[in-house]
Amino acid sequence: MLIAVLSGFILALSLVITGKWIKGKGAPLVGLFPLALFGYFVSFFPAIMKGESLTFTYEWIPSLGVNLSFHLDGLSLLFCLLITGIGALVFFYTAPYLKEHIYLDRFFGYLSMFMGSMLGLVLSDNIITLFVFWELTSISSFFLIGFNNESEESRRSAMMALSMTGIGGLFLLASMIVLGTVGGSYEISTLLGSADMIKEHENYLWIIGLLFIGAFTKSAQFPFHFWLPDAMKAPTPVSTYLHSATMVKAGIYLLARFTPMLGETVYWNGTLIIIGSITMVYAAIHAVFRLDLKGILAYSTISALGILVFLIGLGTDQALLAAAVFILVHALYKATLFLITGIIDHETGTRDVSKLSGLNKVMLPVGIAGILAAISNAGIPPSFGFVGKDLIYEATLGFETLIWVLSGVALLTNICLMYAGFQAGIKPFTGQLPKAYEKVHLPSPLMWVPPLLLGSLGMVFGLMPFLIDKSLIQAVVNAMIRGGALDVELKLWHGFNLVLLLSGITLAAGFLLYYFLKPSALLEAKTNRWEKLSPKSLTKGLGGIFSGISKLWTGFFQNGYLRYYLIFALTFLTFILAYKLFKETELYINFNDLTGITFYEVAAMVIIAFAVLFTVLTKSRLAAVASLGVVGYSICLVFLFYSAPDLAMTQFSIDTLTVILFVLVIYNLPKYLKLSNQISRVRDGIMSVIFGALISILTLEVLNEPVLKETSQFYAENAYTLAKGKNVVNVILVDFRGTDTFVEITVLAIAALGVYSLLKLQLKSTEKE
Amino acid sequence: MNTVIFKSASTYLLPLLLLFSVFILLRGHYLPGGGFVGGLIASIAFIIHSAANGLEQTRSILKFHPGVLLLAGLTVALFSGISPMFIGEPFMKGLWFENPVPVIGMIGSALFFDIGVYLVVVGVTLTIIFTITETI
Repeated sequence: MLIAVLSGFILALSLVITGKWIKGKGAPLVGLFPLALFGYFVSFFPAIMKGESLTFTYEWIPSLGVNLSFHLDGLSLLFCLLITGIGALVFFYTAPYLKEHIYLDRFFGYLSMFMGSMLGLVLSDNIITLFVFWELTSISSFFLIGFNNESEESRRSAMMALSMTGIGGLFLLASMIVLGTVGGSYEISTLLGSADMIKEHENYLWIIGLLFIGAFTKSAQFPFHFWLPDAMKAPTPVSTYLHSATMVKAGIYLLARFTPMLGETVYWNGTLIIIGSITMVYAAIHAVFRLDLKGILAYSTISALGILVFLIGLGTDQALLAAAVFILVHALYKATLFLITGIIDHETGTRDVSKLSGLNKVMLPVGIAGILAAISNAGIPPSFGFVGKDLIYEATLGFETLIWVLSGVALLTNICLMYAGFQAGIKPFTGQLPKAYEKVHLPSPLMWVPPLLLGSLGMVFGLMPFLIDKSLIQAVVNAMIRGGALDVELKLWHGFNLVLLLSGITLAAGFLLYYFLKPSALLEAKTNRWEKLSPKSLTKGLGGIFSGISKLWTGFFQNGYLRYYLIFALTFLTFILAYKLFKETELYINFNDLTGITFYEVAAMVIIAFAVLFTVLTKSRLAAVASLGVVGYSICLVFLFYSAPDLAMTQFSIDTLTVILFVLVIYNLPKYLKLSNQISRVRDGIMSVIFGALISILTLEVLNEPVLKETSQFYAENAYTLAKGKNVVNVILVDFRGTDTFVEITVLAIAALGVYSLLKLQLKSTEKE
Repeated sequence: MNTVIFKSASTYLLPLLLLFSVFILLRGHYLPGGGFVGGLIASIAFIIHSAANGLEQTRSILKFHPGVLLLAGLTVALFSGISPMFIGEPFMKGLWFENPVPVIGMIGSALFFDIGVYLVVVGVTLTIIFTITETI
């Protein structure tokens, strides 16, 4: 299992070497890899069918409770099959779609990285690992959205998607940590056992609140939805894979996964129902007025995600069943629609739905796929979409309160979605073929077979729901219900009832809308009038204010003058030290504990005092530096008096080097210049005196604090027995705390490289800003 | 600083100080000393030489760019850290040969780690100071 999850990353790495071959002949073969994974996950069907679930655990950071534990149940299996199945088709599709693109190998690398992260996300049982994979999907999708890195817009939308999902990820991390602390474990399977305790805990609202922000940003829920339409700048295979079938469903997965643990409270269900219904209606209405095929699909995807959130919010067995079915229904038809959009774009060069018609004359198989998907999307019998939509209406009608409001919302959404689906799947293929597109031809079968296959599956599952109801859907639903043992049987025909009436109304209204409302630029422009009030513009405005403030802030504190940096740092330290010292501790010096003063110490102090005075008063820089060196050497002497030869040696060498460095820098400056005026000198003097006095007081106060002797005793006693050394300081450095030392020397090396590159960097004048 | 005394002294000081720095490095496990101080002393040796004879002279004695020492030192330290892992022990566990070697004393992975520290310190100091000397 670990290998299955990591294989995506391994493949991505191996492309560094095999990239050339992949770009040429190997491209169509890369798809075999996700296909093999698909086969691997299919092999778990028998076990899942029996209602079992499998756990695989690998230790990662046991001391922090972070394990690579994977848990495969119905819900994860459904997602794994979607990820690898649609993944395989997308890989095949990409080969001709991006044929001869110079970065085709990179593209495959990002895709397989993404696939690996998605698999890890839906399989993780450990919530910290889940978060890690969650972030990895954000990062790999950043690369995929910004794949056309020469276009500024595509870069910007990649940034937008990354910041939105990245912010969400942080909230998710916070939520997971609170959850882990409250529940006492980081394993979902263990946490499920303490669900009641978690729900009654005072931090419950924090957990779900933070979790919601994470899920809503990822799954593009109102008001965080706006990154998704922007992300459509990505090549179509990315939109298909990430923005219809997998990544945006990660939030849905998260909600579904935590429903049995955190669900069934007013806060959980209420929030999800409200946010879900706002999103689904808002986005569905938006989808009606879009002209760009991808825009239509983006908004209808947001709307579909809203439906899923809404259904999980209803939380009844009926609703969860509807959600399980709808995840599959939506993945099948939406991926198909995206794929055919890609073909249309690839062959005709436009995605403007008002210009496209009659394409079935030149690319019939694509047209069939489109029509099949549109039928499933609309929920026309006998498609799988019909089964799904019936379940949605059953769920709203079976809810405790507000039946008519909920059903009305669902009805309105479904009508708009049906219209959007027809625009994307049927409109381009019917009617008169414009002259301009007469020469358009059918692309390679690698491109048109995948959508046709997915479209037909939507029909097959509708006609024969028994293929998946007991084997897959039942396990999915039971993973979402606490102690779930629901018996699922999907049927196409339920007889004449209220549900059928609502379906009928949806279809009739959808057809009427499609017949009367023609897409036009005028209508689209009208909806854009409200753009100023949209969450996107508001967020952008907020972002503008934020970056303005940060500019002022940086300009004030990071102004490039070393002396101001020192002043800021020292002032801050002085205030915080003084506050702590005078407010919270009692100041006294225990003179009895101090040892007597010796002659040497007095001598060293006198030397230091004279050297300091000389440094301050001298008019030559070199002399000042030299006398600072004298101060340093005298301090070495003090170290020696108190039997710290190691410290003295090191301080001695360091001081020598510091003086040399200063001399090197100062030597070439003009001999004598009085740079600072009287006022600033006085200011600096006062600051130094105050700071020095504080540090002295602090040092004296430290003596009054009880010292923990255990640590130093441990080192003293074990230095020889464990590490075979008699010099405790050195043994600590190279043995007991060797890892720290290693990190420190690495930092030193980086600092040296930094100095080297800063001083050696010779920018051309055009490169300077 | 172009005096004959300083120049001739530096020619003898360089090998002496280098030897001394190695001595400091090796005794570190038992007596005051160690890789860090040793490295600083070695760097001072080179800096004195370059102050007396000019940077080019010192460079020609050193033969390679001091940045190479960074890499070498980090590699030695890392290798001494991971070497116990080859025999199934945890990272950074000290391994020692059973009998002391004449002159050097006990040899163990900690000694190699200290050598790594020594090299990095020399590399860092010389890189920074040489770079500053050149560019000013």
